[in-house]
Amino acid sequence: MAAQRQPNETPQSGSQFGKSTRRRFLSRLGMASLLASAGPVLGERSRAESAATPETKETMPAVEGAIPVTLRVNGKKYDLQIDPRTTLLDCLREHLHLTGSKKGCDHGQCGACTVHVNGRRMNSCLCLAAMYQGDEITTIEGVGQPGNLHPIQEAFVAHDAYQCGYCTCGQIMSAVALLTEPCGPEDAEVKELMSGNICRCGAYQNIIAAIQSVRQNTMPEKAG
Amino acid sequence: MKAFELSRADDPGQAIAAGAKATTAQQGAEIRFIAGGTNLVDFMKLNVETPQKLVDITHLPFDKIEALPDGGLSIGAMVRNSDLAYHPIVRKNYAVLSEALLSGASAQLRNMATTAGNLLQRTRCMYFRDTAMPCNKRGPGSGCAAITGVNRSLAILGTSEHCIATNPSDMNVALAALEATIHIRGPKGERSVPIGDFHLLPGNTPNRETVLEPGDLITQVSLPPPSPGNRSLYLKLRDRASFEFALASAAVVITGDGGKITRARVALGGVGTKPWRSPEAEAELTGQWATQAVFQKAAEAALRDAKPQSQNGFKVELAKRCLMHALKLVTQTA
Repeated sequence: MAAQRQPNETPQSGSQFGKSTRRRFLSRLGMASLLASAGPVLGERSRAESAATPETKETMPAVEGAIPVTLRVNGKKYDLQIDPRTTLLDCLREHLHLTGSKKGCDHGQCGACTVHVNGRRMNSCLCLAAMYQGDEITTIEGVGQPGNLHPIQEAFVAHDAYQCGYCTCGQIMSAVALLTEPCGPEDAEVKELMSGNICRCGAYQNIIAAIQSVRQNTMPEKAG
Repeated sequence: MKAFELSRADDPGQAIAAGAKATTAQQGAEIRFIAGGTNLVDFMKLNVETPQKLVDITHLPFDKIEALPDGGLSIGAMVRNSDLAYHPIVRKNYAVLSEALLSGASAQLRNMATTAGNLLQRTRCMYFRDTAMPCNKRGPGSGCAAITGVNRSLAILGTSEHCIATNPSDMNVALAALEATIHIRGPKGERSVPIGDFHLLPGNTPNRETVLEPGDLITQVSLPPPSPGNRSLYLKLRDRASFEFALASAAVVITGDGGKITRARVALGGVGTKPWRSPEAEAELTGQWATQAVFQKAAEAALRDAKPQSQNGFKVELAKRCLMHALKLVTQTA
């Protein structure tokens, strides 16, 4: 509902936005006030982005109250100016354009946003990006790329461990982390440790099979 | 989410000085400490919590788990739930704590959530989470929508006419059975509070959930040495098998001597407005043989004062059976 009210509020800042493109306007809108609950507006924004001319390569406009933040993501350092409210997930997607990490529930319940912070899996939607300076953040983009896939990624392909694919990046990030966590050999134990990743298509059987195939290949002593 | 100012505390004094400027203590206050963020950021997105200032305390040196000279254990406030759950001393001496932690949330959340944050975890009552609804915990004096509303998951012990919200934590239930002590540093110095006194009953001030005062910083939680030969266990009953809050849970720490219970510590979760230690159940168990009849008496005693709401009457029987089954499991091999 808040998202729908936003357009009515724009006249008071009309001069500020007067020369803006539609894209810049929507970018500001998305950044300034809609980080947490902007489903409809972000949807509109992505349509605006695809309509923008390719040469329009502006970065995020300055936001009132923005603070300097330096993040290390997939081995690369990024110097940013972000609103303190920016979650790590929104920062990755909207500022760094690393859109592999997905926004599902935005409340730490679905796992679509799972990334690694210093090798540990976390829900990036509940992390304030500014609190993760100095940490090594790894996203799905840093786990593997076509031609050089992580064994878990290869196993997901081989076992058809997805349908629509929306949860897949989060599932893979959790699965990669699980390989180094205390986890018994049984399917039940893998299911328990994967319970923070929801799949609405219900690809669970194949997800478990994919993970177990990698664990059995890399940890044969635990396979029995 | 409302705008806020974010600062970082590099030493405890900075955090305490910053927090002391708030008019109320941590939960719901305009100045809040943030560490894991799993609870607070969620509530900030819902505008249930609208702090003007956040103090990042993740760089404070409270991230150690250390054996104490007396055989007990010191758990730093900043220790993450997963690190605590998998710590060899915890698994060996305080199994109930490890099991409670691993039964809570998801692997991702456990990697983020801290010990002190879990102590301050706020209720899952849906009316507390919905700012369109009255809630005496969120807006004192606005009323309780849960008493006449959807209250299936809410409390049956320790409730008041103003609030029936359940304390959602599993860790707290285990800490109650282990008789943990909360160590606090604040503007007036240091103090230690037994966990039984740390959380407050809702009474007519459900907005006030703990004894913390503005500026108070939890530095560590300490556990007494394990009772020699004790066995402990956490049993959690819920609507689905994983990543779900308890409808009823039981933390039991039992010391036995040839089938006779010499010492019992019992706490219940999912049914109380605070982590629910049951001295009544403990009294029924102590000095008795570990039999089903004795477990039944303990369960009846633990739930004697239960006041079910319109939709959660089933919790009275569920909590009894939960405790009885936990006692059966923990004494089977004792």
